[in-house]
Amino acid sequence: MDHYYEVSDLRVTFAGDSGRSVAVEDVSFYVEPGEVVCFVGESGSGKSVTQLAALQLLPVPPASIESGKVLLSGENLMQYKAQSATMRAIRGGEIGMIFQEPMTSLNPTKQIGLQITESAMLHLKLGRREAEEKAVDLLRQVGIPDPESRLRDYPHQFSGGMRQRIMIAIAMASDPKIIVADEPTTALDVTTQAQILELLTDLAKKNNIALILITHNLGIVARYAERIYVMYAGNVVESGGSMDIFARPHHPYTRGLIKAVPRLDLGEHRLIPIDGLPPSPGVRQPGCQFANRCPYAVDACRSKPSLDLIEGIHYCACHRKGEDFDLLESKDTEESHKTTEGLGEVLLSVKDLKVTYPIRKGLLNRKVGDLTILDGISFHIRRGETLGLVGESGCGKTTAARGILKLIEGTTGEVWLNGKEILSVPEKEFRPTRKNIQMIFQDPFSSLDPRVNVEDLVGEPLIIHHLVSGKEEYHQRVDELLRLVGLDPSLKDRVAHEFSGGQRQRVGIARALAADPDVIICDEPISALDVSIQAQIINLLEDLQEKMHLTYLFIAHDLAVVKHISHRVAVMYLGNIVEISDSEELYAHARHPYTKALLNAIPIPDPRVELEREHEMLRGEVPSVLMRPKGCCFAERCPFASEQCRQQKPVLQFDEKGHGTACWQIRQECGK
Amino acid sequence: MGRYMFKRIGQAVVVLLLVSIFAYLLTYMIPGDPVYAMLGGDITQEQYDIAYEAMHLDQPIVLRYFHWLMNFVTGNWGDSYRYSQPVAALLGARLPVTMYLGIWSIIISTIIGIILGVLCGTHRGKLLDSILITCANFGAVMPAFWLAVLGMYIFALKLGILPTHGFVLPTENLAESVRTTVLPLIALSVGSIGGTTRQMRSGMLDVIRQDYIRTARSKGLTERAVTWKHAFRNAVLPVVTLTGMSFRNIVAGAISIEQIFAIGGMGSLMINSILSKDVAVVQACIMLTAIVVTISNLVVDIAYGVIDPRIRVE
Repeated sequence: MDHYYEVSDLRVTFAGDSGRSVAVEDVSFYVEPGEVVCFVGESGSGKSVTQLAALQLLPVPPASIESGKVLLSGENLMQYKAQSATMRAIRGGEIGMIFQEPMTSLNPTKQIGLQITESAMLHLKLGRREAEEKAVDLLRQVGIPDPESRLRDYPHQFSGGMRQRIMIAIAMASDPKIIVADEPTTALDVTTQAQILELLTDLAKKNNIALILITHNLGIVARYAERIYVMYAGNVVESGGSMDIFARPHHPYTRGLIKAVPRLDLGEHRLIPIDGLPPSPGVRQPGCQFANRCPYAVDACRSKPSLDLIEGIHYCACHRKGEDFDLLESKDTEESHKTTEGLGEVLLSVKDLKVTYPIRKGLLNRKVGDLTILDGISFHIRRGETLGLVGESGCGKTTAARGILKLIEGTTGEVWLNGKEILSVPEKEFRPTRKNIQMIFQDPFSSLDPRVNVEDLVGEPLIIHHLVSGKEEYHQRVDELLRLVGLDPSLKDRVAHEFSGGQRQRVGIARALAADPDVIICDEPISALDVSIQAQIINLLEDLQEKMHLTYLFIAHDLAVVKHISHRVAVMYLGNIVEISDSEELYAHARHPYTKALLNAIPIPDPRVELEREHEMLRGEVPSVLMRPKGCCFAERCPFASEQCRQQKPVLQFDEKGHGTACWQIRQECGK
Repeated sequence: MGRYMFKRIGQAVVVLLLVSIFAYLLTYMIPGDPVYAMLGGDITQEQYDIAYEAMHLDQPIVLRYFHWLMNFVTGNWGDSYRYSQPVAALLGARLPVTMYLGIWSIIISTIIGIILGVLCGTHRGKLLDSILITCANFGAVMPAFWLAVLGMYIFALKLGILPTHGFVLPTENLAESVRTTVLPLIALSVGSIGGTTRQMRSGMLDVIRQDYIRTARSKGLTERAVTWKHAFRNAVLPVVTLTGMSFRNIVAGAISIEQIFAIGGMGSLMINSILSKDVAVVQACIMLTAIVVTISNLVVDIAYGVIDPRIRVE
């Protein structure tokens, strides 16, 4: 069977300190024109390297393509050198690429027009005039307003979403037959992600382009993929039609991945994480690479399984059968209900919290005005409760956390902790109280001091706040904390970089727990982690809450995660809370148009559900805080906005269930 | 861009005014009478009184400074007692010599350094890179005066193909000018060629790792196009800074070289004036050096804006 583009038995190795390590091990795949094929896997699974290697875009050395064929219309591309004219004509000509980071993937010193026309002139042999016409046409197609005049603009004059549109225009400029998109929306907000992916798949369908989408997001896979390749540690472990794989996943890794992701459309359920650590490049074991994390591993797994046909086009590399696992897995998924009943008294209460930055101008940097980052938010958290604060980048959720912690200048309003107002207390007097409010940070790589061992990282708050009376108690307490977060106390002499991302986040959690705080603010605690590890950390946070009656303010951009972990959720937009309610209620009966749009933009990791959902797109992008609308902050993008919305700012109106919405149109029924 | 330049020029003027205050105070920092400081000790009472009047020593120091500044701006820089001629005329003869050598040295070292740096960056880890970077490191650590002496020994004394000393401006005699310029120019440039090469190399290595270079390669461009059309402009920015800073070294670098080759430039003038406490000349030298450096910084800032569009918006 001949396919349009086919890679077979590709093997890529990298030279490292300890010899050559295998990054891609005998991977085969194919795509046909007009098809959307997804490669899914965690970091280090080799999904990007496979594509880059096929196009001979990897730096050689340290990379080396050991074996394999890359066939385009039956012609083996591996016979051509990376820099040969034929290979260059195909790379960029026949096969276009879109990369992950729109902020850094465009040349900052060249006009975007030049960056688009370059490809058209090179591959289609167009003149400058014709190429520019094509660029204008492409920019219009990818949704850049006023393309003629923007041709001379530089990348920094565009937002992240707009830059990714330009990236798409560049990839399309040579009329390619295949587009490889490597995590094209990972760096973007959910509503922008939805816009970009719709655009990309639309354009591909319209022009009969084969789209190879590399992603770690199962939701995206479920919404867009026709066929899927699941990769783990350099191998394709399962492949087949999207419907088949989600309905009847065979490989234990695929099964684990699907269960590890929180889903918007399901009620309360406990996530089932994949145990162990993701594969680290260079460390390979004989046999099945997943065996050490696999709950069903048997003796046979010590030999490498081949990718065997299951039915139709569904292949799986596992010695055992999917049906066996069905029997092994307990049918009753743990139903846990998060009720707001039985929660304690109000612990943290925020009233009209505002954060402004001074705007300075001129030679002498005089203050000419204030930039409002946080536009007066109010909420409260009861003891033992988790309040989720969700919103896209720039909505002020992290600023809110820093405001509450008294870590930024220009904060006004009231913050009540344990019945005491803390915002007006001078820092010196507040310091002894600081231990009551702790933080878990987003980036477990940069938020831990690289030169301090784990014992001292975790134990520092104990000493600062005089919580232990002697050396003996100190060691005991640190060991206890480490065990609490699932780390072996014998590792406490190590420094942060000797741990994996998930383990470092556990250290961060242990450090936050050390001071025995009333409230823990978690600022995007899992967004830097791999999917299978995210579930581990979410479960840990939930277990700790139950065990120790902890109170969380959980800040994240991922609605599915926030919904999963929170009792109540507050949705933020441009420095305001637009909607706040119990988490189940919010997802079942969202009222604010922004909340609805946000829910709509999040793909659900199940193609059957996705098929029936409407993909209604939110227009435009989040406006800059410099141009804050006078009335409702969402008025400019809201399909229901009236004159009142544009002029007057709505406040949160609560119903009897405590579901608050800041929208003028709510009483007049906005949409259904 | 207009506002950006306006702001930079404003800042430059402030810096120059600050320098002028310190240059002026020099007169009063030298022990003894300011009149003797300006004119030397060997004067009559009559001369002293005239000078006392001319220097407005009966007035408060702020006013005196303004008089001095106005004189300086209008080109009246006073007289050098050591050379017994107006400072302006003295410098008018000396400054072009130093600037001629210095600017040529900057042009040569920047161009050669950039080319070698790009070669190194694109051949990273290969033999060419190793050889060039070793030479660059050697050049960067070798003192200029040592090179000057070595060059003089080989080409002037042993081979006799170049003169041992002296300097002729090209406007006087082109052939002789080239012959007298070669050795000082090499001695002045080798160090900065080494520095520029290293800076350009690390700039290239840094840029070549960037995502947009991968984008350029994924378009199917040749490696040459990737290097020159996409990488070069981004990589050259640190070199622009380096070149701007080397203007400051024109005078400093000239001091030893002008002594060795017996060239009558600013460097030798400044050293002699400092040693003989010829304050008026030293003041003018400080001011001129400050003006040259300020202008070159301004040019660097503008060049930055031209090369990198992100700077223009601030």
